[in-house]
Parts: sequence; structure tokens; C-alpha cells
Amino acid sequence: MNIIEETHPPPPAKLEPDYLEAGHTVRSWLLTTDHKRIGLLYLFSIIFFFFIAAVAAGIMRLELLTPKGDLVLSETYSKLFTLHGVIMVWFFLIPSIPTVLGNFLIPMMIGARDVAFPKLNLLSWYLFMAGGMFALYAIIAGGVDTGWTFYTPYSSRYSNSHVIEMATGIFLSGFGSILTGLNFIITVHKMRAPGMTWFRLPLFIWSHYATSLILVLATPVLAITLLLMALERIWGIGIFDPRIGGDPVLFQHLFWFYSHPAVYIMVLPSMAVISELIPCFSRKQIFGYKFIAFASLAIAFLGFLVWGHHMFVAGPSVYAGLVFSLLSFLVAIPSAIKVFNWTATLHRGSISFETPMLYALGFIGLFSLGGLTGLFLAALGADVHLTDTYFIIAHFHYIMVGGTVLGFMGGMHFWWPKITGRMYPEKMGQLAALVTFIGFNLTFFPQFILGYLGMPRRYHAYAPEYQVYNVLSTAGASILAVGYILPVIYFIWSLHKGKKAPANPWNATGLEWQTPSPPPVHNFYETPLVVKGPYDYSPEEEERKLEERHG
Amino acid sequence: MRVPFFLDQASTLAPRVDALYYGLVALTAIMMGIIFLPMFYFLYKYRRGNKADRRPIRIPTWKIEMTWTVIPLFIVIGFYCWGSSVYFEIERPPAKAMEINIIGKQWMWKLQHAEGNREINQLHVPVGETVRLTLTSQDVIHDFAVPAFRIKQDVLPGRYVVEWFKATKEGTYHIFCNEYCGVSHASMIGEVIVMSPAAYQDWLARGQPEETLVQSGERLFRELGCSGCHMGNSQIRAPRLEGVFGKPVPLQGGQFVVADEKYIRDSILLPQSQIVYGYAPLMPTYAGHVTEEELFQLIAYIKGLGNKQPEYMK
Amino acid sequence: MAEATNAIAEQFDSSEQQHESAWLGLWAFLATEVLFFGGVFLGYIVYRHVYYESFVLASRTTNLVYGTVNTAVLLTSSLTMALAVHAAQVGKNKNLVRFLILTILLAITFMGVKGVEYYEHYKDHQIPGPSFVLKGAPEGELFYYFYFTMTGLHALHVVIGIGLLSVMALLAARRRFNPAYYTPVELSGLYWHFVDIVWIFLYPLIYLISRHS
Repeated sequence: MNIIEETHPPPPAKLEPDYLEAGHTVRSWLLTTDHKRIGLLYLFSIIFFFFIAAVAAGIMRLELLTPKGDLVLSETYSKLFTLHGVIMVWFFLIPSIPTVLGNFLIPMMIGARDVAFPKLNLLSWYLFMAGGMFALYAIIAGGVDTGWTFYTPYSSRYSNSHVIEMATGIFLSGFGSILTGLNFIITVHKMRAPGMTWFRLPLFIWSHYATSLILVLATPVLAITLLLMALERIWGIGIFDPRIGGDPVLFQHLFWFYSHPAVYIMVLPSMAVISELIPCFSRKQIFGYKFIAFASLAIAFLGFLVWGHHMFVAGPSVYAGLVFSLLSFLVAIPSAIKVFNWTATLHRGSISFETPMLYALGFIGLFSLGGLTGLFLAALGADVHLTDTYFIIAHFHYIMVGGTVLGFMGGMHFWWPKITGRMYPEKMGQLAALVTFIGFNLTFFPQFILGYLGMPRRYHAYAPEYQVYNVLSTAGASILAVGYILPVIYFIWSLHKGKKAPANPWNATGLEWQTPSPPPVHNFYETPLVVKGPYDYSPEEEERKLEERHG
Repeated sequence: MRVPFFLDQASTLAPRVDALYYGLVALTAIMMGIIFLPMFYFLYKYRRGNKADRRPIRIPTWKIEMTWTVIPLFIVIGFYCWGSSVYFEIERPPAKAMEINIIGKQWMWKLQHAEGNREINQLHVPVGETVRLTLTSQDVIHDFAVPAFRIKQDVLPGRYVVEWFKATKEGTYHIFCNEYCGVSHASMIGEVIVMSPAAYQDWLARGQPEETLVQSGERLFRELGCSGCHMGNSQIRAPRLEGVFGKPVPLQGGQFVVADEKYIRDSILLPQSQIVYGYAPLMPTYAGHVTEEELFQLIAYIKGLGNKQPEYMK
Repeated sequence: MAEATNAIAEQFDSSEQQHESAWLGLWAFLATEVLFFGGVFLGYIVYRHVYYESFVLASRTTNLVYGTVNTAVLLTSSLTMALAVHAAQVGKNKNLVRFLILTILLAITFMGVKGVEYYEHYKDHQIPGPSFVLKGAPEGELFYYFYFTMTGLHALHVVIGIGLLSVMALLAARRRFNPAYYTPVELSGLYWHFVDIVWIFLYPLIYLISRHS
């Protein structure tokens, strides 16, 4: 009991059932307005989409084992990488942490009974699923071959695939995202428990708040962009068509005005998770709380100003290039601040290496390398050579997988006891974390070299001198696949066979740990009263306890 | 299987880009060291159960924070300047250069030399000579990249873009389309063949076509009827084109526009949009009547129309 | 303060908290809308700059009379909406219903005028596509593409507004609002003012700028 004042004794158990016991019918799930259940609905949906997109990636890696295009047709390959990109970005990465962990935890962390608009929250999920169905329909009906970026005029005039259906899917899920972001913003503003001031909020909340701002402000631009693209495709005239004076590059401007901030939609929530894990497993007050909090906002803000760096070779004016390059370099600073602060938190801690911590440390490693290779692409002179090659692929997978997926996995392990009331098997967890880390590096590190050597992205057949690195990469992908499948197996296993989880298995601070696992329907038996800041850990006390236990 | 580590440096730009690249590699290595050496030390020393001093430190946080905010700031600004200076060199083609016109279409590159020689997916150039590529696309966005030269540029429909290089090493190098352009994107590849100047002359002579680029342009100029209005003492008043290339042209609205490739192209395809001051908007559009290749030839012809003072400037 | 009749949703502690949350939520939603319209406005402004002459020429072929009448209609509807909110605030339920219906009628008038305007564009071959004709403005088609996209999106918002206000009028007629609880009316009003403001930007952008230069 670190945060709640002692004057609030825990009420007698089972005043109300826990949220999983509250109803077992399909209806009780599909019509739920409980943020925890909605979080789980999202969990099942995104895992489903993740494995669809991962299978596509697997087939692509197999195709790339040999230089010749001998496994799938080039057309199929185009559809595979479009599927992989669209599904991973919009139906896994963007919703992943915010809609699952964010939904589950934000109200609990601030001491609220639910989000501000529970019905809207459920509507978000339905919009997301409706979008997902359109996307699936587009895939089953024959696929889309434009790449996830939908560049005009290829998408608007030349492609013969199911672009409109796919765009509709993204459009709908985008509205789901907007409503989720809106819900979080209002929840954080208005639903905090008494005593929960802004600077007593866990960093998880700060990061999600920054993410929500981006969701609300950037997603509508994607919506209007896709709408214009679809209108152009349907009526055949329009603003991206050079034949009547339109400019295909305008599409890229609008697209990246959304899609660059979208990168931060994916990675900020992951940073949110890491900021919870590092203090807990090093039993230390987090270093530089306010700097990390404001760095999140700085990233959200600067993220809106750097879209042009995706278009350095698309022929902007030299001066526009210079401005975007400078801003892109600057956005590296707040990310660096976060990494330094996490490292400093370890200093004089009492560090243990449970699975979530392993993922968190892995995150710092991969995210740092991903961020530093981002500097190569912000540097104009180097970007010209590296852009649209495998260097880009490697760079953003270090951020997306190394950053977002590891953060997601770390968070899932950390809060699994809270979500399900069961412990996962620790040794298996550590093994999976290790396998994922090794598999990931083997998959994507060779791609940096491939990129420097000039291998273009989106090629299903390539020059023979690139083969060695592609073989390494495919080998790594097979290891990575094991790292992904293992947790699915032992998580499911733990639902029945796992040890029952206590309310606070990690001895963590944070309001979500002050209520039973799994939590009751309304999260708390009594509204908590907050009197202290977050991360009130003491490494010295931890060591003392350890000594006592050993006599 | 060959395991390549380094990429051919076959142009004057390549060493400069590589220096920047390896500079960034060094920065990455150093930064990773700065983050991870202390981290591993902390992980080892402060692992749970290990005896260590765990009392809180007494240095004010903000001093530490400022240190690791400001120092990286200077480092990135340094790399920004370096990166930008290399970019300036890539983006500023030298004035005097051998000209080659390139058209991208799904899924091939069509090239034409000033001498009229045509190539598909191949580019023969002499070593040691500055080459200026003017590119356009006939359909979707393509991208013309030669990794060994460290050059890359998106090729857009309805627009001319420019790339340049000066090859320093004889040999054969990849051309890749680097912007996804449809199902056969991966087969939109080709090669640059860098030859000795003598071998290049030989190659030109062997493939000697009937007309040079300018001659083709001149023929088109007559066949399409351009010369009827723009030349000689025709009845219809149209601006004379001698020496117009590269000079500012006064427009109806009072603005000026430089008569570059793009302007000439637009004047042929969208003649109503930029009317020269003092002339009536009479010219019909030629959109659909001329191909991209013919546009290049017409432009080459108009470019070559002497260096006389343009008529309107008198 | 909250009366017993006004249920507070279970996640809230007080009706004040509920009211403020709803209010802030709508503002955040409007921020989204601003960015949504922002994308297409930006495109329009860029092209207007690039193809200045064509756009000026094309914008002169729009019907200033219809545009101005519609501006007046929408501004009046904003006034009636504000009066409706005031009526709710002071508990004059009859007036509330009256003003809401008046606002809806004005909105329908707006749509009617817009419809006539669209029809005339159709008659004058100003619908972008194969039959499009506009002499002397090569990029006029682009202008009309934007014209229809922007006014179309705005009209869609007006239609949604009509639906929203109709529900409000129905609820008001059933006496669901009182001075302690009229948040839905207030928020609908805010939405309606937003729709109005979008038009205030559209009107000069399309009809007015450099019409007489």
C-alpha cells in the first residue's frame, strides 16, 4: 500500500464480482462498456490481425531466400507486402498498446471507474472491427498491390486491385482511433481520483496523453487524404493527377503529415510501458520524471513537423529539404533524453531480471539503434543513397518491432497477472524474450547492410550478390516466429494452469496494483485517495527485505 | 556465395556520401557505447542481492538533464550541416555536362543520347565526364537510382527532374527503380556501362542513328506545324523561339517565368495556362499528339535555337 | 446541482464532472474536424496559388447570390440556435422547441439553395468529368473538383446537424431538458456553430477572393 492512504482499509472481498466473472454470455462481451473487457476485445482482434500479417511476412521472407522470384508471382508478392504493411500498421501497431493496455489501465491508473465515455469506447471497437472486415474483404477478394503508402497516381489510376475497399477499412478504423484518443484525453483531464494531480500521474498516462493528441489531430488528415484518393479513383479526375494540373506529390505531403506522427502513435505508448517497467524492476524512483513527461509532449509536437523527410528524393525544393532535415534531427533529442533517463534510473537500483524487464532492456537496445539509424535518414546527403532501400526497412522495423512490439510484449507480461488473475511461467517468458531478441536482430540487422549495398525495397527478385544477407534475414525470421508463438502458447496455458496471481505480484506502485487481480467491475471498491507521486520505490529497502528472507 | 561488405565507389559523389555514411556509423557506435557500457555496468553492479552503495545521489537532476540534452543537440546540428553540404553537391548539377534524356514507364527505362542513340534499360557513358540526366515518367512515379554512384531521384509524371554524376571507374553498375511502380517493379532494372572515352565514341558510332536529338526535334517542329506560327514571316503572330531558352519570359499577368524545360513542356501541353505578354491565347494544345520522347526532342531543338537576343527583349 | 431525475452515468461522480467531460469531448472532436477540413482547404489554397488565373476565372463562374443568401441563412440559424440554448438555460421549454425547429428549417433552406445551385452547375456543364466545359481556365476543372468536395463535405455536416437538431427538438418536446440538465442541447449548439464557421471560411475562399480584381 504505497499510494493509498491507510485510512481506507480494503473492504470485505467480493462486494462485486471481478470483471471476468461479471458475465459469461457472448452478449455480455459484445455489448460491454467495461473498459477492461473492451481492452480484451481489442486484444483478441489485434492478435488475429497480427498473425495474418506475420504469415504474409513469412511468405515474403521465404521468397527472398533466393534471388530469383521463384516462390510467388511478383503480383502476389506486391499484395503480400501491402497486406503486411496495412494490417500491421493500422490493425496491429497503432491500436496495439493504446487500445489493449491503455484501455485496460488508464482508468485504473488514475483511480477512475471507467473511461469518460464507455459507450463511445465500445463504438471505437466496432468501428475498428468494421474497418478490419473491409480490409479482410479486400484481401480475400484479391488483395491490394499499392503498398501501404497508396502513392498516387498508381493507387488512384493504375492499380487494378481492391484499393477502395482497403481505404474504406483504414478510414473506418481511423475513426475508431480518433474516438479512442478523444476518450483518453477527456478521461485523463476529468476522471482523475482525488489527489491525483498532473505530476502524480504515472508516465504511462503522460505518454498515452501525448499519443491521444496525435490520434485526434493527425488521423483526420489521413481520413481526408484517403477520401480524396478514393474520389479520384472513382470519378477519375482530381487533385493528384498531373494531366489536369494536379500534383501526385501533394498526396505524399498529406499522407506523411499523418503517417509520420503515426510512427509516434506506435512508439510513444511503448515508451509508456517501458517507463513503468524500468522503475519497478530496479526498485528506483524514475530518473527525471518531468523530463520524460515533457519529452513525450515534445515528440508529439515535433512529430507533426517532420513529414517532409519521407520525400527528400521526391523532388522538394532544396530549402524545404533543409528545414525538414533539421527538424528531423531535432526530434531525435527528446527520444535520446528518454533513453538516458531510463539508463540513469538503473543506477543504484536493485535490479532483477523478470520477463518484463528483459523486454524493457531489449526495447532500449533496439530502439536506440533504430533511433540512431534514423539520423542517417535525416542527414540529407546519406538519405538520398539509403532511402527506399532495405536500410529503411531495417530502420523502421527496429522502431516498430524493436520498439512497439517489445514494449507490447513487456507490458503484456507485466500486467498479465492483473488482467487474468494468473501468473505466466517465468522461465518460459524469459526464454521467449531472449529468442525474440536474437531472432529479431538476425532478421533485421543484415538488412541495414543490404540497404547500404543498394538493394531496393519491394523487390521480389534481386541481384545475386545480395543473397547471403537475405538468407541470414530469413533464418532470423524463423527464430523470431518462435519468439512470437511461444508466449501465445504459455499465455493460454497459464489461463488454466498458471499460479493464481496476488493483487500485486511485482510489489509495484501504481493504483492498478492496489485492487484485486483480476479487478472488480468498477476497478476499486472505494475511490482511492492519492497522496504521493508515482514510483515510490526504495532499492535499499528491497535489499534489506532480501537479506531478512535469507536470514 | 559472395559476401559483399562494401559498395563500389564509382562516381565523384560516392566517396563524399560514404564519408558521411561512415561518420554516422561511427556516431552510432559511440552513442551505443555511451548508452550501453554504463547500462551493462549498472545491470551487473546493482543486480538484486549484490552488495553496493544504493543511497540516492546528490547531484541536481537538471544539471545532468541539461548535459545530455545540449551535447547531443550540438552533435546532431554538426551532422545536419555535414549532411546538408553533401546534399547540396548532389542536388546542384554542374553547368556543363553531357545530356541524356530518360523516360520511365511501366516497366522500363527509355534513354536517348544527344547524338540520337537510343537505349533501353542500359546507359553507356564515358568515364570522367559529367553526365546530366533529365528524367520524366509516362505513367506512375518511378525512381532512378544507381547505388554505385550514390544517386537516386523520384521520377514524376508531368515533370522533369535532374540527376547528375561523373563516373570515376569503368565497369557495369546496377540501375534500380526505387519507387514502387506496380507488379513488375522488380524488373524495372538496368545497368550503367562506364567505358573509356574512346570505347564510348566507338559505341556511339556503331549505333549511329539517322538523326540526332536536335534533328528529330527540328523535323517534329515542322511536321507538327509549330514552325508555321513560331518561325519565319507567318500570318499568325506567335512568340519567336530563338534564344528563348533559359531566359525570363514576361507573362500576361505581369509575372516572369524562366523558360526552362518545364515551361516549354507546359507551353506545348497546356498552352492556355501561361500566355506570353502581348500575345493572344491562340495556340491549341498538343496534349495527346506528342509523346514524352518527342517532347524531349522538341525541347532539345528549342534549346539549340541559337543564342540570339529573343525578339521580345528588343 | 444535479437533480434526482437526471441520471449520472456510473463512471462519473457528479453531474458537473459529466457535463465538463462531455463539453471537453466535443471540443476535442471539433479539433479533429478542423484538421479534417484543414487537409482539403490546404490543398485548395496550394492549387489556388499555383493556378491563380484559372482559379480566379473559375471562381467568378460561381453564383455569388446563392452563396451570399446561404451565408445569411446560416448566420441566422446560428442566432436561432444560440436563442434555443438560452431558452434551455432559463427553462423556457416552448421557446426551446420553437427555436430548434426554426434552426432546422433554416438548415433545410440552406440545403435547398445548395441543391438549386448544384443543379445550375450541372446545367452549365460545371460538374468535373468528360462533359466539363469552362473556357479560358485550363485548371477550372480542378477548381470545381475542390468546390464540390468542400461544399459537399460541408453539406454532409449540415445534414448530420439537421438530424441531431431534430432529435433534440423531439427530446425537448418530451420535456427531457431543464435548466439543470441541457448538455445535449448545448453541445448540439456548439456543433452547429462549428458547421457555421466552416462555411464562414468556405464562403470567401470560393465566392469572394479576387472576384473583382
